[in-house]
Amino acid sequence: MSTIGEPNAVAIVAFLGFVAITLGITWWAARRTRTSSEFFAAGGKVSALQNGFALAGDYMSAASFLGIAGLVSMSGFDGLIYSVGWLVGWPVITFLIAEPLRNLGKYTFADVVAYRLKQRPVRIAAAVSTLTVVIFYLIAQMVGAGELVHLMFGLPYRVALIIVGGVMLAYVLFGGMIATTWVQIIKACLLLLGASLLAVLVLAQFGMNPLALFSAAGDKYGDAVMAPGALVANPLEAISLGIALMFGTAGLPHILMRFYTVPDAQTARRSVAYATSLIGFFYLVTFILGFGASVLVGRDAIKAAAKGGNMAAPLLAEVLGGTGFLGFISAVAVALILNVVAGLTLSGAAALAHDLWGHVVRKGKIEEREQLAVARVATVALAGIAILLGIVFQGQNVAFMVGLAFSIAASANFPALLLSMTWKRFTTKGAVASMITGTSSTLILILLSPTVWKDLLKNPEPILSLKNPGVITVPLSFLVGIAVSLASREPEAEAGFAAAQHRMEFGPDT
Amino acid sequence: MAATDDMLRKVVARRWRVGAVLTAVMMAAYFGFILLVAFAKPFVGTLLADGQVSVGIVIGASVIVLAPVLTAIYVRWANRRYDPAIAALREKR
Repeated sequence: MSTIGEPNAVAIVAFLGFVAITLGITWWAARRTRTSSEFFAAGGKVSALQNGFALAGDYMSAASFLGIAGLVSMSGFDGLIYSVGWLVGWPVITFLIAEPLRNLGKYTFADVVAYRLKQRPVRIAAAVSTLTVVIFYLIAQMVGAGELVHLMFGLPYRVALIIVGGVMLAYVLFGGMIATTWVQIIKACLLLLGASLLAVLVLAQFGMNPLALFSAAGDKYGDAVMAPGALVANPLEAISLGIALMFGTAGLPHILMRFYTVPDAQTARRSVAYATSLIGFFYLVTFILGFGASVLVGRDAIKAAAKGGNMAAPLLAEVLGGTGFLGFISAVAVALILNVVAGLTLSGAAALAHDLWGHVVRKGKIEEREQLAVARVATVALAGIAILLGIVFQGQNVAFMVGLAFSIAASANFPALLLSMTWKRFTTKGAVASMITGTSSTLILILLSPTVWKDLLKNPEPILSLKNPGVITVPLSFLVGIAVSLASREPEAEAGFAAAQHRMEFGPDT
Repeated sequence: MAATDDMLRKVVARRWRVGAVLTAVMMAAYFGFILLVAFAKPFVGTLLADGQVSVGIVIGASVIVLAPVLTAIYVRWANRRYDPAIAALREKR
């Protein structure tokens, strides 16, 4: 019998310890956060290895840890198909985005797109897409946080939300990017340590041989556990989700923002290489955990603990390491959410304070103190909105919102970003049209999809059969951006391309 | 000045080309994997090594390993070829 949901001394002590240490770091970071460059970009002083861990920490959410381990435990091989998709965007960031982004921008991806275009329209369109991505991602994280804390510690949902929102607010408001970075590093270390330890304990039961583990799962549930199941029933659907994941990762505002925390493009390049290795390792470990849970805990017990198998990894920890290890893994899972929420809030605050207030309202002429003050007000507002949305969406199925956030990032941010860096003829109108098309077409197609139109709004038949619109919206945003640019000449933008190219390669200091 | 601008354009074009080729390799591997799962289910489910592992698991794990490997190849190329080329151009200016 599992003790999940009962007060667990180790979990509470571990979680309180984590909060105490991270708030201590926040206090330390707060005294180093005096300028908006420190608030948004940690003063550009983060090392490659540090940023690699922080990127990984920003990306490895509770959903990927608990969700993918659960999916693997329930459906075997299908879980692997899913986890591969979450990794393949990272090389794309390395090859196409990280270095020019670092050299051309300051705090947001709009800095890059607007570099040689007209500031105000581009900033407004970019802020809209950034905030849309941030809000949907936040809803999914907050609802997940409330349910997870409720499930694991037995705390009421709303109390859990206020704790998560409040601690996150403390990190960002006082410690800015410096605190957020260190909290993410610690979290990534704890997660990788906990998951690896758990995987070693699993493999120890099978003579340290993963093949013996797979074959034990095959003996228990039939060889189908190692074969494709129902996940890729519709190839177009799978490709569409794949496009959203691959290019969405390279358009996520809180990930892109992390490249401004390192001193130069070389460091950005190395940091994303570290991140890719850490995240890849993490998904391989998660696969072992999923199979381990299906054999050692059993599917019936996993299903009994939570729908969808989300408690597979904590249950496995309990079976192998007792209540203490369960408590540790539970505390890590809750800490995971805190951090992703902090990164999202910071990137939303940058869009509000830097893009909208600094460049649109103040037209680029803004006092340092005012910028920082606006950033902090925006942080408080976003934390309040996050808690509120968590309450509003309680009990709703919000899992699709992460996919939606990735689709918007892939359609609204990635095409405009890539075109602005590589194509001389790209114009302000093209950029704005591409970003607006990306955001609105994704929202509309999701509304008409089976997930929202049929399941959520209870209509008998969906208007569009695709659950994820990436296969339509990503090419559409590229096409609109190119077509509108070709139809609207902008000599100033063309003239600025040489200077932009220069800075993309040599960096901002030359 | 015009000569260095020309050389810069060449170095930049090469970096985008390397990035595009590596992106294409990653896309081919990933979408190839998805299409294989979609259209060749029996093959992907084929068991290997006395029924201890399937073709699908081997390919899927390989795609995961490929991502950091490609990234490492890019970083190595950029550190050895691209950075010195840029440094040389910077000297000339």
